[in-house]
Amino acid sequence: MSILLTYLSVFGFGGLFCSLAQILIIKTKLTPARILVLFLILGIVLEGLGVYKYIFAIAKAGVSIPIIGFGASLARGSIEMARQVGFLGAFAGGLVRTAYGVGAAIVASYLITLIFSPKSK
Amino acid sequence: MNNNAVEERNKRYGKYVSAVTPTTSFWKSLWNSFWIGGLTCCIGQGIFDLFKLAFPSLSQDILGNITSMTLITVAILFTGLGFYDVIARRGGAGSFLPITGFANAMSSASMEFKTEGLIFGTSVKLFSVVGPVVVNGIVWSTVAGLIHLILFGRV
Repeated sequence: MSILLTYLSVFGFGGLFCSLAQILIIKTKLTPARILVLFLILGIVLEGLGVYKYIFAIAKAGVSIPIIGFGASLARGSIEMARQVGFLGAFAGGLVRTAYGVGAAIVASYLITLIFSPKSK
Repeated sequence: MNNNAVEERNKRYGKYVSAVTPTTSFWKSLWNSFWIGGLTCCIGQGIFDLFKLAFPSLSQDILGNITSMTLITVAILFTGLGFYDVIARRGGAGSFLPITGFANAMSSASMEFKTEGLIFGTSVKLFSVVGPVVVNGIVWSTVAGLIHLILFGRV
């Protein structure tokens, strides 16, 4: 039962964030790239204020899979490393923490480009 | 042509444009982005839970990393096979806000410029769409880290 509730919550929150972004697309002239940056910064701010973990406790993947989670992860890494290593850590922490996903994305994109050619539209 | 005729022509043209622009209704596109985005997140949660069952000793952080790496790889494979376009056409924000959209933006840009060579095409354009996200992400997260360091000090 609790599993069902978890997934309902993940679906609801994930859908909510995406449809908020969709409203921005339809109602404003903002381009997808600007909206991505907007939600990314929202994630950084939420993590910086310490609010993100409370949202994550309820929304789980519903907030960590949208770009908000990427922003929060960057901020978490930078904050943790800044407090452990000091001034220099702030510059490295975000990249260190998100390097798994970014690294995978770069390598996989490169490989897929070698294998496939773009579909003609 | 005098001003009146120009105005008349512009009005007619405006009518024509709005007549041929495909109109997906507001609520329909909202619903599509909702369920496609929600479903993507549920798949992510499912991958997380499965890896947690298979490797119970792994930490929450590593499991999260494995989850996003899996989602990213699958999304990029889908981009290569041409499936992701089908999702993106309906999903709108539901297909670009999740991490899968980030992966799709990267791989489709890199594939599109393959013809210009692997160095000046693929390697340069890889970040042409996601560049703003990476740059702003690094800049503002560094600021967040510095603010925390100043306010709360070292651990």
